[in-house]
Amino acid sequence: MKRLLVVDTSVRVVFHSILVLSLYFLFAGHNQPGGGFVGGLTAGAAISFRYVAGGVAEVRRAFPLRPWTIMGGGLLIGVLTAILPILSGNALLEHAAWEADIAILGTVKATSALPFDIGVYLVVLGLILMMFEAFGDDEAIDEAVGASVRGDALEADSVVSDLFELEQIRELQLRRSRRDQL
Amino acid sequence: MLLFILLTHLAIGVAILGSGDRLGRRAFAVAALAPALTVGWAITQASGVIGSSSGGSGMSDGVPVSFSWMWVEQLGLQLDLRLDGFGLVMVSLVSGIGLMVCIYAMGYFSYPKPGTARLAGLMTLFAGAMLGVVLSDHLLALFVFWELTSITSYLLIGNDDRNPRARAAALQAILITGAGGLVMLVGLIIIGQSAGTYLISELLLNPPTDGVIAAGVICVLVGAFTKSAQAPFGSWLPGAMVAPTPISAYLHSATMVKAGVYLVARLAPILATTGQWRVLVLSVGAVTMVIGGLRAMRQYDLKLLLAYGTISQLGFLMLMFGTGEYKIAQAAVVLILAHGAFKAALFMVVGIVDHEVGTRDIRELHGFGSSWRPTVVVGILAAASMAGLPPLLGFVGKEKALDTYITYGDFTGSGVVLGVIVVGSMLTFAYSARFVLGLLGHFGVADKPNRSAEAHAPSAMFLGPAAVLTVLTVLLGLAPRLVDPLVAAATTALDPTASPSTVKLWAGFNAALGLSVLVIGVGLLLVWKRAPVARLQRRFSDAISWIPSAERGFLVALRSVTDGSKRLTAVVQSGSLPIYLLIIISVVAIAPLIPALSAWSDLPPLVDVPLHVPLAALVIAASLGASIVKRRISAALMLGAVGYAMAGFFIVQGAPDLALTQLVIETLATVLFVLVLRFLPTRWADRSPAVARPIRLTVSVAAAVSVFVLALVAAGSRDSVSEANISVEMIARSAPEAKGNNIVNVILVDFRGLDTLGEITVLVVSGVGAVALARAGRRRLMLGSDAADEVADYEWSEHEPVPSAAPVAGEMDQ
Repeated sequence: MKRLLVVDTSVRVVFHSILVLSLYFLFAGHNQPGGGFVGGLTAGAAISFRYVAGGVAEVRRAFPLRPWTIMGGGLLIGVLTAILPILSGNALLEHAAWEADIAILGTVKATSALPFDIGVYLVVLGLILMMFEAFGDDEAIDEAVGASVRGDALEADSVVSDLFELEQIRELQLRRSRRDQL
Repeated sequence: MLLFILLTHLAIGVAILGSGDRLGRRAFAVAALAPALTVGWAITQASGVIGSSSGGSGMSDGVPVSFSWMWVEQLGLQLDLRLDGFGLVMVSLVSGIGLMVCIYAMGYFSYPKPGTARLAGLMTLFAGAMLGVVLSDHLLALFVFWELTSITSYLLIGNDDRNPRARAAALQAILITGAGGLVMLVGLIIIGQSAGTYLISELLLNPPTDGVIAAGVICVLVGAFTKSAQAPFGSWLPGAMVAPTPISAYLHSATMVKAGVYLVARLAPILATTGQWRVLVLSVGAVTMVIGGLRAMRQYDLKLLLAYGTISQLGFLMLMFGTGEYKIAQAAVVLILAHGAFKAALFMVVGIVDHEVGTRDIRELHGFGSSWRPTVVVGILAAASMAGLPPLLGFVGKEKALDTYITYGDFTGSGVVLGVIVVGSMLTFAYSARFVLGLLGHFGVADKPNRSAEAHAPSAMFLGPAAVLTVLTVLLGLAPRLVDPLVAAATTALDPTASPSTVKLWAGFNAALGLSVLVIGVGLLLVWKRAPVARLQRRFSDAISWIPSAERGFLVALRSVTDGSKRLTAVVQSGSLPIYLLIIISVVAIAPLIPALSAWSDLPPLVDVPLHVPLAALVIAASLGASIVKRRISAALMLGAVGYAMAGFFIVQGAPDLALTQLVIETLATVLFVLVLRFLPTRWADRSPAVARPIRLTVSVAAAVSVFVLALVAAGSRDSVSEANISVEMIARSAPEAKGNNIVNVILVDFRGLDTLGEITVLVVSGVGAVALARAGRRRLMLGSDAADEVADYEWSEHEPVPSAAPVAGEMDQ
């Protein structure tokens, strides 16, 4: 894939700022404009920059976790925060709030609505990643379309197995890189 | 303890299923633990439940063991378990015979195939469900267990899942019993609601008298008839004989098929005089008893002979229990015990023959060697009990039945029913004799290979269970005093007003004895003249062959359902995306329009703020542009412009939160559009017929008008809200209660948090679906569409139900 230096550089500058902004939306959401939904969408917008710069490979590099993991994790967090109050005898999704005075920061407030919002954030983020995974995988699509256009059945079959292999290699690489980080 | 026993069955069953095939036939040894425990416990409880009264001296003072546990509190559904006298009879049948069958199965599956251990596990689960049926005092709990027996029976019949006959038979069984069960549920609810209680023990004390009860009675009886294979629902039982013989012996003779009889027995004292109960039960039972007997007389397969014999005997039991007269029911209790013992023993003998000789066809049996003598004796004794010969338990039961029918059958039609019982008993004698003669080799055809003479005799453990049951049959026949207290307690449990009489082997010279002699005499005649009788039967069945049989009816019904749904699907699901969209959009456009128009008030002020004017102009221009441009990508960008302008409106109105969301969504939507549109041609090619254009135009204009009107009405209704409005309330509560100042977010995560939870679940599902669809389409592209179609066709044909009746069913049409 052809890459443009200007786009690459500016995306690298902007990407993290937008991610921070999305986190701000997430945490500020209870009192100011924002929230998990908007935050997740904003993070999605950041990802779309990465996609414009380097295709789906760039997106995968930005988020080492697979989209379905992020999505499932988000749903898990959401469901857990919904269910936990029941275990302590309260109603479903009943939220608690705590306030504490901390030096410099002033009064800090935390509600149990925040983890729920984080769940929403992760689900939305995962959904957008999945969309790129579904419709943005150019290499695989190009190869598949090309093969079917040529009408070459053998070729198409090998592409299928290649795709699976590609998937496995990617998994391995991911694992290795994570191990190296540790 | 009652619950503990049910849970033990569950635990053992699941454990065996979980161990896979590792246990082999030893799985049945593990499975035997559950019924052994139950029998042991039942013996310890017996004296308390039966009470101290000896038979004949009126009321028994037994105290039922009961247990109650709140199951679903909101429904008031309690798990009420109750072991009374009749429950004890059923438990001894279910667990006693279950224990015997488990031991027998160890011999039967001496060379276990894969899946044998699964049979043991499923059988344990079934036994637990069946105990649940006979122990539940609550009608709805009884229904739950009832359905569990249907499901486990389905799995047991279809255990050999590579055999299409087994699959078809299992499907037929569950379709018929399942449909019957659903009808029964309706009936149980009608009875429970109109009586105000679902407890059988309370229903007994306060029988319901409501008018609707009559409908409930019919529904409940349909369930009982399907389960107990009564005419015309009996076609599944012969098919179910594809199951291994231990399973058939257990489920399809001794226990599960008695569930229907059990329910009739329980409800008859309550409902016998209500609605059409007696007419239905007695006519269905009579028809079943005679038809089952006639068909049994024509079978060459010993197992099928027993299957039709079972149907006939179940009809007999219906005739007895269904009357609601406790005297007759007492005879039926003896019969149900006798039937369980002799029928299980007979099935076991057939299984032994099948296992050692390799055939159950009486034309291929030519008599056995001397080492087989014990097996043959067991078979003959059990068959004699079935035929009602003295001094066996079957005779005691039948004698008592005839006697009580003569003496106490004082309802309309009792004379006819008595006649039917006598005729049915003659047929029973005839097919019992056919069984014995077949076993002895009298039907052996000379040109068939003679394998039975050299067949290896069964081991002691293989024959043991059948022998034990037969010894019981003889012993209890000679000394009915032994079961008398149990029978008496069961009778009083069924009907608290009962004063049961003594069960005797010799009741003196009376009319019943005369009828018994008549039955045996005519039976002997039928056996002696069996060749002409068979000819007559064949001629008769040829003559009535134009009447559609129950099996054919089932097949026709099944096929018409699948055909009908296919036709309906072809109409409703045309497979054309434009048509789907047209239908969806027109419904969305028209349906809300009608109520919206009725709520029409004045037009709201068109322009609040001067900034509205340029924004509105932008929206209008962009939407017009989107509908005019020829390139798809331009249209997507135009739509994006509409979205941004809408965000502008939100900002002007002072809703930064909405504006923010709208902006980000529009951005992302545009990116996604670009992603997807790459796969489509850049321009629209209008290849649709000329007719389609005006239709599309109409629908889209209608949708636009509808949205416009809705927006106006919604805006107008904002002005007329009262002070105690939900949004006012939410704003007031947001900061103090939810500790949040952003009302939108508080609504999302707190006030309507459950909605959000549902929404993110939907998001996850749709995300997974989108990826799967996108990838599936890609694979299809790669495989070439023909290959993919082939794969799809193959998969569909695999899932098509196979409504071909088992060959056993075909035999009935002859």
